[in-house]
Amino acid sequence: MPLVEAKQLEKTYVSGDIEIKAIRGVDLTIEPASFVSFIGPSGSGKSTLLNMIGCLDPPTSGQLTVAGQDITKLDRNTAADFRGNTIGFVFQDFNLIPVLTVYENIEYPLLMVQKLPAPERKKRVFALLEAVGMADQAAKYPSQISGGQKQRVAVARALVTNAKLVLADEPTANLDRDTANRVIDMMKQMRDEFQTTFIFSTHDPKIVKNAEIIYTIEDGKLQRTINENGGNHA
Amino acid sequence: MLNILKMAAKNLARYRRRTLLTSILITLGVVAVLLFVSVSGSFKAMMIGQITDSMLGHLQIHRKGYLASIDSLPLNKNITQKQLNKVEEILAAEEAIESYTMRIKLGAMFSNYAETTNIRLNAVTPDRELQSMPLLADRVIKGEKEGLLAKGEILLPELIAKGMQVKVGDSIVLVANNKDGSVNGQSFAVRGILEGITGPGGRDGIMHMEDARELLRIEEMEVSEIAIRLKNIDQMGVVFSSLQEKLGAMTNKEGKPVFEIHTWEKLSPFYNIAKMIDLMTLFIKIMLVAIVLVSIMNVMIMAVYERVNEIGTIAAIGTRPGKILALFVTEGFLLGILGTMVGTIISLIAIAGMNASKITFDFGRQTGLQLTPTIDSAEVITVVLIVIGIAVLGSLQPALKAARMDPITALRHV
Ligand SMILES: Nc1ncnc2c1ncn2[C@@H]1O[C@H](COP(=O)(O)OP(=O)(O)O)[C@@H](O)[C@H]1O
Ligand SMILES: [Mg+2]
Repeated sequence: MPLVEAKQLEKTYVSGDIEIKAIRGVDLTIEPASFVSFIGPSGSGKSTLLNMIGCLDPPTSGQLTVAGQDITKLDRNTAADFRGNTIGFVFQDFNLIPVLTVYENIEYPLLMVQKLPAPERKKRVFALLEAVGMADQAAKYPSQISGGQKQRVAVARALVTNAKLVLADEPTANLDRDTANRVIDMMKQMRDEFQTTFIFSTHDPKIVKNAEIIYTIEDGKLQRTINENGGNHA
Repeated sequence: MLNILKMAAKNLARYRRRTLLTSILITLGVVAVLLFVSVSGSFKAMMIGQITDSMLGHLQIHRKGYLASIDSLPLNKNITQKQLNKVEEILAAEEAIESYTMRIKLGAMFSNYAETTNIRLNAVTPDRELQSMPLLADRVIKGEKEGLLAKGEILLPELIAKGMQVKVGDSIVLVANNKDGSVNGQSFAVRGILEGITGPGGRDGIMHMEDARELLRIEEMEVSEIAIRLKNIDQMGVVFSSLQEKLGAMTNKEGKPVFEIHTWEKLSPFYNIAKMIDLMTLFIKIMLVAIVLVSIMNVMIMAVYERVNEIGTIAAIGTRPGKILALFVTEGFLLGILGTMVGTIISLIAIAGMNASKITFDFGRQTGLQLTPTIDSAEVITVVLIVIGIAVLGSLQPALKAARMDPITALRHV
């Protein structure tokens, strides 16, 4: 069963008299444990598509199932629970919580969303800290670490809930090229380790060569490419 | 829940200066209210005690119409022996009454053998009067307090004693008109000098009931006024209604009630001052509520505005709106608790300090009254609950705003 399945997905924004067709009839199937990239210029609809898959924004029309669940019509609490249990998010601006340490940031979804018992939380947080190579920075606050490190913490936070799908909207836009490549490599490593599906968007063709499946978005339409070289960019 | 508290505390610690300023504001408000309540409350309680325990009693019974003409101290509006018997029967049945005292109020000419003046007097049975007016003896500022007075003795109000240059032990003469219009005179020994107090009867002299009946040539027992002391002033309303009903049932031939009954509140002008104090207390409490509401709302609106992105993040990663609401409300709640706790502690210390330093004040002609501010725990708890409640209320609107934010919009916010 595919993890993400979209049929004739459309999203139209209405502001005033103007209608903006951000996504125009997208069909999409993503299998579990894939490493997928959406590439397209600014304004092409990458964020819109990711937000719909991420259950943050309902589609205007069409079908959309994620992890077997129809997510086109969820109420706020159900949508929140669904995101908390199934999807992990990585943001362009890292979006760590400044009052929490690295450790606490990773722990947050287990504490405030999934309500796991303390020993289990500790085990998982330490496992993820190790996995993303941030174990020695656990006590630091976000303001005390670099951008690349922040994004590692963000990936750990996304994975700690055992999410089936991690959505990363332009996760490398605020990083230099080297760091960006390393973050993408790390995400792919995580995919290998946890069998989690990653979808990241970018407008940078040089970053996208790391992906295995590439969707090119232009004017709200998708085109699929298999990147045979995916992962062997070095 | 504990996690929400921890998060809220961390966020408050993040803006330390702002948190501190807001809690100081709340602290000041709480201190102002608690100190005002305790000082004004003790002032009020003391003044009421002075009035009821040295002169008025808690309730008074007169013949209907007596009070309206009390300035002329009419003897023909006294309660007669027969009426008195019935009243005493009713009073005996009233459990809440501790004791009562009966008085004949009269006006007389006062002479020190050189000059004369007018004097108003209460004729009393000393032991009954002392039992019902426990603070009366303290008003005797010169002379022997013990036993109040004996037959043939008189307690003079301070002003007359001074004006007529009479001292304790001097002999004076009283001349009074009888009910039937004839005049009678008798000499008395000055037993003591009475301190004046505010309110009706506060500048009257005191003489013995039997002397008054001789002077006025009253054969049968009759009294102008019955002053009642209750076991507990809180029962005043209940006893008043009960007595009013029973006494009101006693009517004359025309069907009009024979007696009138009043509470001290109706008899003393201090009641209005007491009411005013209550009103001021209310205003100060309203101010406190306003201070807390405005400062908490202000801080929380700022907090939500500054953290739009963060709200978007936690919402996106699965925090339910209800939990986001709880996070912000808890922040306001903690701010309220912080300010209130500090405020309450400071207030209690200040109250203890005031008691220790024995502050005195004057009220009218009464000097050297000692302020003993106290505050009962019910009042403290009420203020604490109000402040914390308002703090929660003040953070509710900003918190709702945060909870209702659309995660995408919030995340895009810069
Ligand atoms: N909330 C919105 N209201 C109106 N138009 C929007 C909104 N969000 C996105 N759009 C429009 O939809 C189109 C796609 O935007 P977006 O998905 O953000 O593109 P990308 O992420 O590829 O830069 C753009 O034309 C953008 O202006
Ligand atoms: Mg975008």
